[in-house]
Amino acid sequence: MAAGATTMSFTLKIWRQENSHARGRFVTYKVTGISPDCSFLEMLDILNEQLVDKFEKPVCVDHDCREGICGMCGLYINGRPHGNDDGVTTCQLYMRQFKDGQTIVVEPWRAKAFPVVRDLVVDRSAFDKIIQAGGYISVSTGGVPDGNAILIPKKTAEEAMDVASCIGCGACVAACKNASAMLFVAAKVSHLALLPQGRPEAKRRVKNMVAEMDRLGFGNCTNTGACEAECPKGIKMTAIARLNREFIKSALFPE
Amino acid sequence: MMQLNARIPEGRVPDKWSNYKAGQRLVSPSNKRKLEIIVVGTGLAGASAAASLGEQGYRVKVFCFQDSPRRAHSIAAQGGINAAKNYSNEGDSIHRLFSDTLKGGDYRSREANVYRLAEVSNCIIDQCVAQGVPFAREYSGLLDTRSFGGAQVSRTFYARGQTGQQLLLAAYGALSRQIKEGTVTLYPRTEMMDLVLIDGKARGIITRNLITGQLEKHTAHAVVLATGGYGNVYYLSTNAMGSNGSALMQAYRKGALVANPCFVQIHPTCIPVHGDYQGKLTLMSESLRNDGRVWVPRSKEMAEQLRQGTIKPSAVKEEDRDYFLERRYPAYGNLVPRDIASRAAKERCDAGYGVGHGGQAVYLDFSDSLRRLGKEVLMERYGNLFQMYRKIVNEDPLETPMMISPGIHYTMGGLWVDYELMTTIPGLYAIGEVNFSDHGANRLGASALMQGLADGYFILPYTIQNYLAGEVTAGVIADTLPEFEKALKSVQDRILRFEEKKGKHPVTFFHRELGKIMWDKAGMSRNAKGLKNALDEIKNLKESFYREVTVPGQAGEMNPELQKALQLEDFFELAELIVTDALTREESCGSHFREEYQKEDGEARRDDEHYMHVACWKYEGEAQPPSLIKEPLTFEYIKVKERDYKN
Repeated sequence: MAAGATTMSFTLKIWRQENSHARGRFVTYKVTGISPDCSFLEMLDILNEQLVDKFEKPVCVDHDCREGICGMCGLYINGRPHGNDDGVTTCQLYMRQFKDGQTIVVEPWRAKAFPVVRDLVVDRSAFDKIIQAGGYISVSTGGVPDGNAILIPKKTAEEAMDVASCIGCGACVAACKNASAMLFVAAKVSHLALLPQGRPEAKRRVKNMVAEMDRLGFGNCTNTGACEAECPKGIKMTAIARLNREFIKSALFPE
Repeated sequence: MMQLNARIPEGRVPDKWSNYKAGQRLVSPSNKRKLEIIVVGTGLAGASAAASLGEQGYRVKVFCFQDSPRRAHSIAAQGGINAAKNYSNEGDSIHRLFSDTLKGGDYRSREANVYRLAEVSNCIIDQCVAQGVPFAREYSGLLDTRSFGGAQVSRTFYARGQTGQQLLLAAYGALSRQIKEGTVTLYPRTEMMDLVLIDGKARGIITRNLITGQLEKHTAHAVVLATGGYGNVYYLSTNAMGSNGSALMQAYRKGALVANPCFVQIHPTCIPVHGDYQGKLTLMSESLRNDGRVWVPRSKEMAEQLRQGTIKPSAVKEEDRDYFLERRYPAYGNLVPRDIASRAAKERCDAGYGVGHGGQAVYLDFSDSLRRLGKEVLMERYGNLFQMYRKIVNEDPLETPMMISPGIHYTMGGLWVDYELMTTIPGLYAIGEVNFSDHGANRLGASALMQGLADGYFILPYTIQNYLAGEVTAGVIADTLPEFEKALKSVQDRILRFEEKKGKHPVTFFHRELGKIMWDKAGMSRNAKGLKNALDEIKNLKESFYREVTVPGQAGEMNPELQKALQLEDFFELAELIVTDALTREESCGSHFREEYQKEDGEARRDDEHYMHVACWKYEGEAQPPSLIKEPLTFEYIKVKERDYKN
C-alpha cells in the first residue's frame, strides 16, 4: 500500500450455514481499515481473524492458489459470480472495485447440483463426475507416438487452448438462471473435439458427458449468455454451439 | 550409525536405467489386482502415478485436500516443461539436459537420478501430446519451444502461461478415466494425518475428512506420498494457501529421512508484497525473462525519486539504467538461474538501488521487446501473466515496467529416496516436489513439471513393482490391527489439544511470525549468528503458540482453523530442520548462501571437499535434536566444475 493511502470500510452480509442440512441465514459484519489494494479474500481473512479473536467460528470459504487458476474460490458477490469485475476469479477481485462504505452481499454458488457444504463452501463434485464420464482422451501411459508426429495447425492449437483454459470454478452454473453446466461441458468437449487426438472418441465423449450432466441435475441451456459474461477465463458461447454440433452429429450418425 | 544405500544400478550412468529395468522384479496382472496402493496428493506426480498404477490394474486409493484433484498446486505452474527433444536444432541432447540440471543444482544432486530424469523427459512430451495438451505450435503445426534460466538452448514446451494447468488437467483426465473404470477410488477434501507402519513397512494412513472431521483408517501394500513442497514454512510463498509439510513430517517422525531441507528456492520474479494482511505471493513466470530485461537505476538519487514516484521508470534514459544481470553474467544475461538472479537483485536493493515500496523491488521491462516484436506477439506469449499483473498492481506492464522482487517458491529438499524413489521406510515412496532427489541445491525453471511427471508416469510405476513383487502373498491388510488403532488414537489426542482452545491469537498470527524469522534469518542470505538466533526464536514462538493460540470450533465439523493449527505444528518442526541444516552446511551452494562463504565478487564459495553430500536428518524423538546421516555424492560421468554463468 502506498504511504498515506486512505482505507475503506464495508458492511458485509454473509451467508452462514452450519452444514448441508442446516438452515442458512445472512449475518451482518463490519470491517474497517481495509486497503484498496487488498484482495476480496484478504478482506475476508481480516474478518476471519477478527472473528477468531472473539472466539467465534470463522466464515468457511474455499480458496487455494490465490492467483486465479485452481478454480477453488467462487463467491456470489452483490449478485455476480466472482464480483463486479470482468475476467477475474474471486481471489483476483480487489477492494478498489468497491466504494468506501458499501454494503456487500456474499453468497455461495446457488445450484441444485452444487449443494452448500458450509457457509460459502459448496460441493462441486458433479463437475468431476462429468469429466469422469468421458472428458479425456483414453490413452494409457506409454506407447504413444512422437509429439511431432501429430501436426496441429497453430490456429487450432490456439482455439483448443482458449477453451482448455476452463478452471472448473462453476461461475457459469452460478450465473445461469437454469443452473446449466453447458459452458463447462462445452469447454471440455470443444477442447478435445478440436484436436486430431480427440476425434476418435468424439461421439462417445459428447454423448456420455451430456447424459451425465443431465443425470446430475444441471438445468437446460436457454442461450441467455450469462455464463459467457461471467466466465473468469473468457470462454465463449461458441463453445456451446460446437457442443451442440458435436452432440447432433453423435445422435444423427451414431457409431 | 544407519548406512544409506541409494541402490544405484550397475553400469555406466547412461545405461543404469536400462540395466535397472532389465533386472527388476515384475508383478503379474492377476497379482496386481490383489495389491492396494495409497497415493496422497493429486498434483502432477500424484495424479500421473495414480492413473498409471490404475491402468496397470492395481487397486489405488487417491487422496487430496482440495474439493477436486484438478486443483492441486501444480495447476499454477506457468512457464513450461523441459525436454531434451532438440527440436530447435541447437545442439540439445539428453546429456546436455542432464549436465545443465546437475550444474543448475550446483552438483548437490544424485548423478544417476538426474540422468534418468533427462532420459525420460522426451516421453513426457509425447504422452502429454497424446492426451490432448494444447501445447504452443509453430505455423508448420510442429511443437514450439522457448528458453528458461540456466539453459543456452530452447527446450521448454509450453501452453501459454498455463502449462501446469494443461499438464495437470491431462493427468486429471487420465485419473478420472481410472476412477470411472473403478481401479482408482478418490477421496477429496481429505487430509492425511498419520502414516501407519506394520513390522516396519508402510501399510496405510489415517485421514481426516475435512467436511465432517471424521478420522478414517486406510490400508495398503504401499504408500506413495506426492504431497508437494514445504515452502509455506516461510508463510509468504508462491505456494497455494493449503500447501503444507505435514505428510512429510508424519513420514519423518515414523523414520523416513529428510534430505537437504535448507535447499529452498527463492524465485526472482514475484509481485512485491503490498501489505501486512497479505497471505500469499504471486509469481510472474520465469518465461518473462525471455523477453523482459531486468534493471535498476544507476544512481541512488534516481532510485529514491522512483520510490517516491516523482519520476516515472519510462523516463529513465538508457544510459541511466543498470541491466545488472546482463552486466554481471554476459553469457546467460537475464536467463541466469533463479538463485543467481534473486541474489543479484538483493545485492542491488541492499546497496540502495531498489525501487518500489521499501526499495525491495527491481524492474522487469518489456519496452525493447515491444518495439522488436509488437504487442500482439507479446500478448500471445504472456497475455494471461500481464492480465494477472494488471489486476493485482493496477498497472499495465506494457506501459510501465513490471516491478518484481524475490519470494519463496520451491523446495529442492524433501524426503530422502533411493533410486527407486523409496524412502528409508520399506513400502513408502515419495515422488515429485516432496522428495529431494533431482534438483540439488537449486532447481532450473520448467524442471518441476518435468520431474513430477517423470516420477509419476515413467519411474514409480516401474520401480514400485520391485517392492510389490514381494508383497503378493501378504493378503488384505486389516485396519483392525493394533497399529492402526494406536495411530488413530494418537491423531485423536493431537486434535483434542486444539479443540475449542481459547487463547490470545489466531493461528495465522504465529505463522506470520514464523515466516518473518525464516525469511530474515534463513532466507536468501544466511549466517551462523542469525541461524543460531533463529533456532531460539522458533523455540520461543512455538512455546507461545501452544500457550496462546485460539482455535474456535469442534473437531467433528469443517474447521479450517483446527487444520491450520495442526499444520503449523509441523511447520515449526520443519523450520527447525531447515535452520539446523543451513547451520551445518558451512558452504554456499545454489540456493543456500552463507555470508561467511563467498568470494570477493560476492559469488558463492562451494566446498566440495567437505560438503559434497546429501545431508539427511533422522528423527530421534520429541524434543531431541535430529541426527545427521550423510550420503556422499560421487560423479563418475560428469566433471564437477565451478558453476559459472559469466562465460
